[in-house]
Amino acid sequence: MTTPDPLFGISGHALQLRQERLGLLASNIANAATPGFKARDLDFRAALDGARDAVRYRVPVQTSLDGNSVELSVEQAEFAENAVQYRTTLSFITGRVGTIMAALKGGE
Amino acid sequence: MTPLSLFDIAARGMSAQLVRLNTVASNLANAGSVAGSADAAYRPLKPVFATTYAGGLATVDVERIASGTAPPERRHDPAHPLADANGDVWVAPVDVNQEIVEMTETARQYANNVEVMATAKTLILDTLRMGK
Repeated sequence: MTTPDPLFGISGHALQLRQERLGLLASNIANAATPGFKARDLDFRAALDGARDAVRYRVPVQTSLDGNSVELSVEQAEFAENAVQYRTTLSFITGRVGTIMAALKGGE
Repeated sequence: MTPLSLFDIAARGMSAQLVRLNTVASNLANAGSVAGSADAAYRPLKPVFATTYAGGLATVDVERIASGTAPPERRHDPAHPLADANGDVWVAPVDVNQEIVEMTETARQYANNVEVMATAKTLILDTLRMGK
């Protein structure tokens, strides 16, 4: 478990993990047509708990004949969800910056 | 090996899909073309995709472009100027339906990579503006 930042709490670490997951999902989408490619995803909870390697292989809904386990519908949904969560984390940080700035200015 | 950025991943995915689209175009353009011998007949081109791993991430590259192994179709057409001694010509073994399906799938996957790039771009720009 990483120590939360005194100003931004867990948000900084979460943002970094969201970015990492974005890369993994982009890798899956790029390899949608590569035979034998196994889709991977980040176990976000494990990663946030400080696991050294939280990357897991995706279990496909339906296996394909060429050994590729990328399912575009699944990847697209996860990618969109992750992008929204990235932006959410970002807005938490922005909100925190606003609060701290207001405190620094003493309500001026 | 240098780590991959989101843009590298999507760009190389797009480039691979574009190569695939080019092979589909070549195959469709040569559908129904004939030759004077089985060896000279056009063979459909198929790109071979391979995953490239770097720094925990992965992207795709075209390893090579292979020629299809399906034998050309022999057609008896003695009036054809290319006909051999037996009056046969050899037709390119292009499966038009399969190529059209391939084209549709390629377009879809290309668009997905474009979407990844667009999303990554807006997220990175938002991150640059963080706290403002």
